[in-house]
Order: sequence, then structure tokens, then C-alpha cells
Amino acid sequence: MFLINCPFCGEREQSEFKAGGEAHIVRPKQPTELSDDQWAEYLFMRKNIKGIQFERWNHIHGCRKWFNMVRDTSNDEIKAVYKMGEKPPVK
Amino acid sequence: MKNKYSIFSLIKNAFSYHENWEKAWKDPEPKKEYDVVIIGGGGHGLATAYYLAKKHNMKNIAVVEKGWIGGGNTGRNTTIIRSNYLWDASAGLYDHALKIWEGLSQELNYNVMFSQRGVMNLAHNLQDVRDLKRRTHANRLNGIDAVYLNTEEVKKFCPIINTSPDIRYPVLGGTLQKRAGTARHDAVAWGYARGADEMGVDIIQNCEVKGIKRNGDTVEGIETTKGFIKTNKIGVVAAGHSSVIANMAGLRLPLESKPLQALVSEPVKPIIDTVVMSNAVHAYVSQSDKGELVIGAGTDDYVSYSQKGSHDIVEGTLNAILELYPIFSRMRMLRQWGGIVDICPDASPIISKTSIKGLYFNCGWGTGGFKATPGSGDLFAHTIANDEPHKLNAAFNLNRFVSGDLVDEHGAAAVAH
Repeated sequence: MFLINCPFCGEREQSEFKAGGEAHIVRPKQPTELSDDQWAEYLFMRKNIKGIQFERWNHIHGCRKWFNMVRDTSNDEIKAVYKMGEKPPVK
Repeated sequence: MKNKYSIFSLIKNAFSYHENWEKAWKDPEPKKEYDVVIIGGGGHGLATAYYLAKKHNMKNIAVVEKGWIGGGNTGRNTTIIRSNYLWDASAGLYDHALKIWEGLSQELNYNVMFSQRGVMNLAHNLQDVRDLKRRTHANRLNGIDAVYLNTEEVKKFCPIINTSPDIRYPVLGGTLQKRAGTARHDAVAWGYARGADEMGVDIIQNCEVKGIKRNGDTVEGIETTKGFIKTNKIGVVAAGHSSVIANMAGLRLPLESKPLQALVSEPVKPIIDTVVMSNAVHAYVSQSDKGELVIGAGTDDYVSYSQKGSHDIVEGTLNAILELYPIFSRMRMLRQWGGIVDICPDASPIISKTSIKGLYFNCGWGTGGFKATPGSGDLFAHTIANDEPHKLNAAFNLNRFVSGDLVDEHGAAAVAH
């Protein structure tokens, strides 16, 4: 368990949040043009990084808003949180 | 030739205070080149090496393990074995493993303490009842022993369950697979290691893979902390770290690695002589031979390689356990730990060739890989040796995520994810 600094509500327990998986996966602009391989890539394939990962979270038992997080998955240390649509503050 | 374990060897070694037992496996340094290298010295990896040597007559095999053998999920699971999965492909896969379990101690000359004490899955609402009845019928059509029990029969089979209709999630029924049960997880790794070692497999511990060398679409070897090892066949059985190895080879996998927790209580006298699982309230429990209650909790919903889970997950599981078994209310928990499980979108494993020649993956077992250990090793060995899947693992290929031919076992996975 760790604390998450919700960009809207401030610091809360992680149990108030729901993880939403890898961030910055862009929905295909022209879905009808996609091959099966490209669909598989979009729907299923994940980086699943051990180390610095960009991901989406939802403050589901709070403000219910989505936001992004940069987290080290090897030790659960949170590097940054930022709002949807913003550029990641760290590389 | 190793000394056979028997009552006579036990007596003989008692005279020398058990100080002269032969080492069960050697601890060699890696050779320059192998015909096959297995990455990951857990149960599945060691079983793969064992069956490659035994059934496919391959001799020049190495298993490389970054820590010690059986120190990952093999030593961290709740040791439950069953084959009551819904779909034909899964039934074939898991029952193949269960059949090997039934003769495994004899085959390995190593007591894996396989105990067919039965596994009961509980239903707590009408949809659970329908789903479990459907699963029972599907199991029986596939030749897997399964029966549906009503509430009274559940109570009769496991009297300590609270079947009162007044609890938050009352027990409306359940399924029972009597051939299912548990085994001693460490013994499985050690038994396979000893068997593989005897047939000349090099088990190389404390050897972490740092890179995979490719020449175009063919593998040439692996970079490790103990130097470069040349090989043109690599079998990856790295569980939670499968994606890490895949990234080294420039391959993408449909996996997410998440913490899964388990805990054991202080040891008590025999109180529960079966395994009871409840998917809906997320509680499952059995009792080890030492007398500890072995309790499995759920996965966290975020990716993590930390081998730690969240406290609220354990709390939720224990809440459910206490409602179902009020008798446990004053038990104290002794140990809690986490493992990293690699979960596929369809909750089924991948035992498959890849787009890279000579690179094979056995991964995605998620929360339920232990039960499949012998079958997984057997089928993965077949896939590597023949460069073709066995008919029992043909459905579990990597291409199913492109074709859409998924094997959706979310309902039969004991842990909801």
C-alpha cells in the first residue's frame, strides 16, 4: 500500500484508487483501416515495464477523475502525477 | 547414477546422522554452448528441462535462474491442484497435468506429497450457481470428475463453513472435484531439479539473463551475469518477469505483472481436510501438513514487480474468510508474502513459438500456474523439441491475440482479475 497524491484532492490512500493500466495508448484514428496485427497491438500488447512506467489511475472512491502517474514498478515509488492531456513532467 | 530414495536409504543415512546424503543436484558453471537454454528455474522451467531430457532425448540443456531454484512463484503459491476448467482446450491442458501429478512422486522418486483431498468451489448468488452448474456439465463432458453440491452437501463435506442464509454472501451451493488437491511446492521444484540433473541438465543458479542475442529473426544466445551462453533454442519460463525477457528480444507480449498475496496462520490441529475456494467473495483456504491455514488473497490491480501487495487486499480476503468460517476468528496470521504473476487478457496461459526462430515462451499463467507444472513442462518440452506445439497446447499460442480465438477462463480462475 502506498499514498497517492491525487491532482484534484491531494494525498489519499491507494485503496481509494483504481489502476487503469498503461497510459498514452492512443485509440486508432481510423479503426476500419486497421489490420488484425494492429488491433492486437492496440488491445492486448503491453509494455509491462519493470522500472519507470506511465499509467492511468482513477480516484474511484473520491473525485472519480482520471489522471496519469509516473511510477517505478520495481519498488512502487511514485515519481509524479499529472492531469489527463498534460505532458509527463519527467522522462 | 544417483542413489534411489527409499526406506532403506533413509535407515542407512540415519546411521551417519543424515550428514552424508548425496547432493540432489550439482551446482555447475555454465558451458560455452547448449542445445537448449531454459530461462527460469521454477517448477515449470525445471519440468521443461526434465521432459526435454527424458522424452526428447536432448542432453545438452541448461536451466538458468537469477536467484535460487523454486524461489519465485513456485515457492510462493498456495499449492492447489485442480483441472475443473470450462473450455475444452483448458480442460485438456489442466487434466493432462493432473494425470501426471497422480504418478509424479513415483516417477521422480521424490515425494511431492500430492494429496487428492478435493477442491470445492462455492456459489454465493444465482449467477454463480448457473455458472458452476454449467462448468460441472462441461467438465463431465470432458471426462473430468466434477459434481455439483447443494448447501447441505457443502456443509456435510466441510462442516466448519457457515451456511447460514443470513450472511452477506450466503453459500447457495458449490462444485467438488475429488481428484483435485494440493502438493508440496518446494518438493516439486527439487524433485524435477534432481531428475533433470541426473540426466545431465546443468542447473545454473544466481545467473541473471541480461540480454538476448539475435541475428535477424534467429536467436544466437543469451548474455548473463556469468557471461555469454551460445544456443539456438531458448525457452523462457520467467513468470512475472516474462515481459522483461521479451523486451530484451524486442518482442511484445499481452501480459501485465501484478502482485498476488498469500498468508499462513499459526499451526493448529487438523480442522479443514479439503480445499475451499470462493471466487465471488475472494477467499480460499486449505490446511498444510504442518497445520497452518494456507490462505490465498487476490491480485492488486496495478502493475508491480515489488513482490509486495496492498494491505487492503489481505483485509478483504480475511473479512470473507471470517464470515465463511467464524471458527477462525481468533486465529493469528504468521506470515504474509507476495509473488508477481503475469496475467493474460483471457486468463489463460501462453505456451508458444514466437515470431523469432528458436525463441519460445511459456508464460501468462497468472494466478494459477502451480497446478499445471508437470503438464506445462511436458507440453513446452514438446513444443521446443519439435518446433511445433502439441495438440494439447496448440490453442495456447501467442497468435490467438491476433486471431481473436481467446480461451476465456476468467470464470474458472479461482482469483477474479
